[in-house]
Amino acid sequence: MKKLVLMMLCLLPLMAVAQTSEEKGLEIAVEADKRDMGFGDVSSSLTMTLKNANGNTSIRKMRSKTLEVQGDGDKGLTIFDKPADVKGTAFLSFTHVLEADDQWLYLPALKRVKRISSKNKSGPFMGSEFAFEDLSSREVEKYKYLYLNDDAVGGEDAFVIEVRPNYKYSGYTRSVVWISKTTYQPLKINYYDRKNSLLKTMVATGYKQYLGKYWRPDEMNMVNHQTKKETLLEFSDYKFQTGLKSRDFSKASLKRAR
Amino acid sequence: MEARKKGGGYRRLLLAAALICSGAKAGEWSGYVAADYSYFPQSALNAQQFEHGRLSFSAEPEFYHSWENDDSLTFVSFFRWDEQDPQRSHIDIRELLWMRARDDWELLVGIGKVFWGVTESQHLVDIINQTDFVENVDGEDKLGQPMINATFLREWGTVDLFVLPGFRERTFAGKGGRFRPNPEIDDHSAYQSAAKDKHVDYALRWSQTFDDWDVGVSHFYGTSREPRIIPTLAPAGLVLTPFYDIINQTAVDVQATLDEWLWKVEVIHRSGQGETFNALTAGFEYTFVGVMESSADFGLIAEYLYDDRGASASTAFEDDIFIGGRLAINDAASSELLFGVIADLHESTRFYSVEASRRLGDEWVLSLEARFISSVEKRDPLASFRHDDVIQLELAHHF
Repeated sequence: MKKLVLMMLCLLPLMAVAQTSEEKGLEIAVEADKRDMGFGDVSSSLTMTLKNANGNTSIRKMRSKTLEVQGDGDKGLTIFDKPADVKGTAFLSFTHVLEADDQWLYLPALKRVKRISSKNKSGPFMGSEFAFEDLSSREVEKYKYLYLNDDAVGGEDAFVIEVRPNYKYSGYTRSVVWISKTTYQPLKINYYDRKNSLLKTMVATGYKQYLGKYWRPDEMNMVNHQTKKETLLEFSDYKFQTGLKSRDFSKASLKRAR
Repeated sequence: MEARKKGGGYRRLLLAAALICSGAKAGEWSGYVAADYSYFPQSALNAQQFEHGRLSFSAEPEFYHSWENDDSLTFVSFFRWDEQDPQRSHIDIRELLWMRARDDWELLVGIGKVFWGVTESQHLVDIINQTDFVENVDGEDKLGQPMINATFLREWGTVDLFVLPGFRERTFAGKGGRFRPNPEIDDHSAYQSAAKDKHVDYALRWSQTFDDWDVGVSHFYGTSREPRIIPTLAPAGLVLTPFYDIINQTAVDVQATLDEWLWKVEVIHRSGQGETFNALTAGFEYTFVGVMESSADFGLIAEYLYDDRGASASTAFEDDIFIGGRLAINDAASSELLFGVIADLHESTRFYSVEASRRLGDEWVLSLEARFISSVEKRDPLASFRHDDVIQLELAHHF
């Protein structure tokens, strides 16, 4: 028995060497997921600055709440404050690992809660360069992974992995993600469109640690290489574990979300 | 001494003010002011009605205040000034609502607005609020309704109970206005209930989500929001008197959201308003995402509208079909286009409508609305609107 254990121990480094790029990619994704587990709930304020090719800017402000759901995708609620004509509009989503997400939109002028098709994953979020799928919760099972190489972004060591969506209706064939070796958070993502040409690059900066565990960025900047438009997404007022419940993410809660 | 005393009083006042303010999270104003111009290309059906153009202004200031304990107060007022029709110039309190929300219940007291239903072409199930018909003939604008509304959130669904003290009469264009029945609507309404507009109405709704299915079942007892229009002989001649019956209405609304398909149905069963009847709207919306390799979405909408009273129905949509489209460009200006036609399956009557809007800068919204009615049979309820084709352009400033 002892011999067997010893033999196994000797074999372990060999097995690590024999790990395929797929296995290493998945391992990194699982580790990233594990490190962010247990945050419970988080809310934050967001400012989006849309810039077109001529440099004209337009501002959107919103607040976002997320509830961690064990064994499924997270629940999210986004409340819009600016531009003024969409003030009070609220967006509720229950993300799922592989089946279609559930989404509702609240239109304050009509007091109407509308269930909407979640097929629109590739559609722009509020006319920005971020698509809905760029901002929804990243569950491990939603993608296939491939480890490419090691690299550095702004002096920070990173794993570079290729990620291919497993779900229907993605706007991307694949994306290449630079994941920090220290925080296991994405530092940079290159998105490739359905024709597999480089579409967008997202760079996340200003990562800070909350509750001694969870890393969140202060800024995410998305540049569209094909249209030359870009969107800067700034986060503030991160609050973790404020005691949000699933009732705060219900159709009824949409009407009082403001 | 005197000064100190005064100072103390001032400090106490400041302290009191600070206490009140610290108990409040926010008190904020928002809303819009808008100017619009409508053009009616056809000459009016009746000589008393105005011709061609109309300038109008509207505003909807809103105040919202919430306290530390999450109670909130919402006040939404509405103002409309119309160049041509004094009946259309009106003021309304759309909302004046105090709300307390806790984990599994909510209580709303005041004047409020509630929407029920899923379909696009008409809103059969939506019954709590009266339609502000002078605002728009599409029935989407509503008058504020006095209410006490208790909501209970349970695992097996959401239950809403309503006590509705007081009734609002439907607004109608004046004799000089467009989109008015012919002959004109009398200023005096008639009621079945001796309590008239003081009758207390009740409503109950259960709603629940089962995976891809959203289901609602509701019952309403009280004054019908939709009046029967009764021809009456007045000293000035023949007029139309709105008659408000006491009705019972049971309704079901269901939406199935299956990928790009939204399947929708609304059914009502109403008694007390003449013959007991059933009505239905059912159809689908199919969304094409990223049409022609752009980021735009196009939704194709088709709905069937039915009312088993047939041609005797007060509604124009007793056996009709609605075909429409919704184009969302998904650009920074939120450009949108909604168009459609309701066609009678037995007659040649067609009701076309187009709505388009886009944001200009961060605070302005430009919108265009057009409605056309073609080949109306004389006995169709839409007949009195047959010369009221209209194109309207509105510029709104949101704050």
